[in-house]
Amino acid sequence: MFCKGIRGKHVLKSESVSWVFGLCIYKFLQIYADDCLLKKVFEGSVDYLQVLDEKGSVDAALFPKGLDDSKIIEMYKFLSFTRAVDAKCISLQRQGRLVTYAPSIGQEATQIGSAMAMRQNDIFVPNFRQHGVFIVRGLPLDKFFLYWRGFEEGNMIPQSVKGLPYIVPVATQLLHATGIAFAQKYENKDSAVVSYVGDGGTSEGDFYEAMNFAGVFKVPLVMIIENNQWAISVPRSRQSATETLAQKAFAAGIKCLQVDGNDVIAVYKAVSDAIADSKNGATLIECVTYRMSMHTTSDDPTKYRKDEEVQAWAKRDPILRVRNYLTGKALWSDAMEASMQDEFKKKIDEAVEKAEAFKPDPKDMFEHLYSFMPKALKDEYDDAVNEKFWQA
Amino acid sequence: MQMNMANAINSALDAILTENPTSVMLGEDIGKDGGVFRVTDGLFDKYGPGRVMDTPLAESGIIGVSIGMAIAGMLPIPEIQFAGFSYLGFDQLVSHAARYRSRTRSTFTVPMIVRMPVSGGVRALEHHSESPEAYYSHPGGLIVVEPSSPYDAKGLLIRASHMHDTVMFLEPTMLYRLFKQEVPESSYEVEIGKANKIREGDDLSIITYGTMVNMVKKVVEKKNLSADIVDLRTINPIDDDAIIKSAKKTGKVLIVHEAPRSFGVGAEISARIAEEAIFELDAPIMRVASPSIPYPFPGYEQYYLPNEEKISKAIDKLLAE
Repeated sequence: MFCKGIRGKHVLKSESVSWVFGLCIYKFLQIYADDCLLKKVFEGSVDYLQVLDEKGSVDAALFPKGLDDSKIIEMYKFLSFTRAVDAKCISLQRQGRLVTYAPSIGQEATQIGSAMAMRQNDIFVPNFRQHGVFIVRGLPLDKFFLYWRGFEEGNMIPQSVKGLPYIVPVATQLLHATGIAFAQKYENKDSAVVSYVGDGGTSEGDFYEAMNFAGVFKVPLVMIIENNQWAISVPRSRQSATETLAQKAFAAGIKCLQVDGNDVIAVYKAVSDAIADSKNGATLIECVTYRMSMHTTSDDPTKYRKDEEVQAWAKRDPILRVRNYLTGKALWSDAMEASMQDEFKKKIDEAVEKAEAFKPDPKDMFEHLYSFMPKALKDEYDDAVNEKFWQA
Repeated sequence: MQMNMANAINSALDAILTENPTSVMLGEDIGKDGGVFRVTDGLFDKYGPGRVMDTPLAESGIIGVSIGMAIAGMLPIPEIQFAGFSYLGFDQLVSHAARYRSRTRSTFTVPMIVRMPVSGGVRALEHHSESPEAYYSHPGGLIVVEPSSPYDAKGLLIRASHMHDTVMFLEPTMLYRLFKQEVPESSYEVEIGKANKIREGDDLSIITYGTMVNMVKKVVEKKNLSADIVDLRTINPIDDDAIIKSAKKTGKVLIVHEAPRSFGVGAEISARIAEEAIFELDAPIMRVASPSIPYPFPGYEQYYLPNEEKISKAIDKLLAE
């Protein structure tokens, strides 16, 4: 029984060895067959671009041609001005002088870098946080404050700015960008469209539809994902299981790139290149940045994220590294900084004063629905005036 | 030339594409196929794929991209294959097309014509027989037009192409090929915002539009009544004057539409008459409409839709008041 047992065990063992061996051969053949017989139909990868690192050193090999120090000083001023405007807005909101406000603190490099990459005829399509883009493109600052004081008149954007107004429903504006880009191509114009969406917006159907139409119609479009890691309280990881947001471009057959969104030079380079190549179709650029402040003034981010996370991103501040770069080259001083901030304060205060002097006329609510005033609407207006619901 | 409504709309689109070089059509199957109802037949061959464009199958995309084109100065004419699918583009319509002019105080406008087949009666599958006119009239900012004849269809469509507004152009599927009518081959306009008094009478006013106009006309003719028949043609902005004037004249009002009764266009008309002319009525306002339920599968259509008998009985009841 013992021997039989040994023998039996032995037999069993050798059987199982050959069984495992057979399985290995089978698996090997299967993998081999997959590799040899199945044709690979698609392969893709996403590049990452950083030019100016956290310490303020530049990668000379990647440094964009034609970008000189005077332009970097200009970038620095725009970055700083955007932050000054944000600070003022938060303060005004706390005093009840603005309605709810969405600050852009931490995301300035994405906005300034992309806006400065645009050529004069390029058109931009923002969501509701691209204050830096409006500033670079020359929106009169009082209009900006007028919008955030809650008046449509703030959206009366001068033609020279070449931009659409702030749009609130997330990602819906991207389709307009594709349509405008289509019109540029249709009319043979040498201009591209630069549009913006957040990381949360990439989960919307309109994000995909806009990219997809752009791919099919091969329009001159640059889609920037301003990935600030948070859609109010929902983290980036909850928006998509993909490793990058840039790779979503593969679903629409357009070009893509991931960029250090806190590096104004990298953003500038990525967007300039995408615009230069826009005749060959659209590009999706994911700018990896961080919302240092709240979603809006109604939000309290301490409820859902840790201070350590915020502090880690503070070390990657988009403005500080440009300042380090400039001081390293002796192009900037404390005295220059102080006089710049004084100038900013004056400019901002003037604009606030002008915006606060605006007196709304309720008639304007009625007059801009159609190209004409329908009688039924006119009656509603007249009734309201006659009833003295407001001082007409 | 004798044309049915499909021919008339085709002829209008042809006129618009010829007249306005920035006008383009975009939608699903509108190119080589000529549209599922053949309304765009021949336009692809005449104007090419650059102006008569098949798009990806995405309604929000079709409308949203059209909005962008319009903002950039073109005249887009998107087609939604069936009104039931326009809800996928609802947000673009109510959040953007309807508001862009007002949110920018006319700095940016969205001139475009959104075409879609509406209403039922053709035994179509689910979602192919919707009557969405109330939805699109409610937010304000969208003009909503629904013709009842080939002549009106062509004239209203050409008029829409000359306005700087978003016009929702609702085409009753059942009327595409129901009857022919003499329609000029040349371009002409029918005013938007103005109802059409298609019959004069003294005993009652019947206010209707779209698929129901012909049915009402038949009933009134069969019964040999002295009735005002008001065809709204434009749902929004509504022609208050025409409605109120007729109501005051006859003192009896019947409203007939295919869309569900509750919260429908009939409720709006009824309220306006009540506000302006209630003491000049000598009977309660009546409505004939579909029941307040979603459009049923085709097997139940005959029980759902208003028909000549329902209209006739309502008229008898109203006249007996």
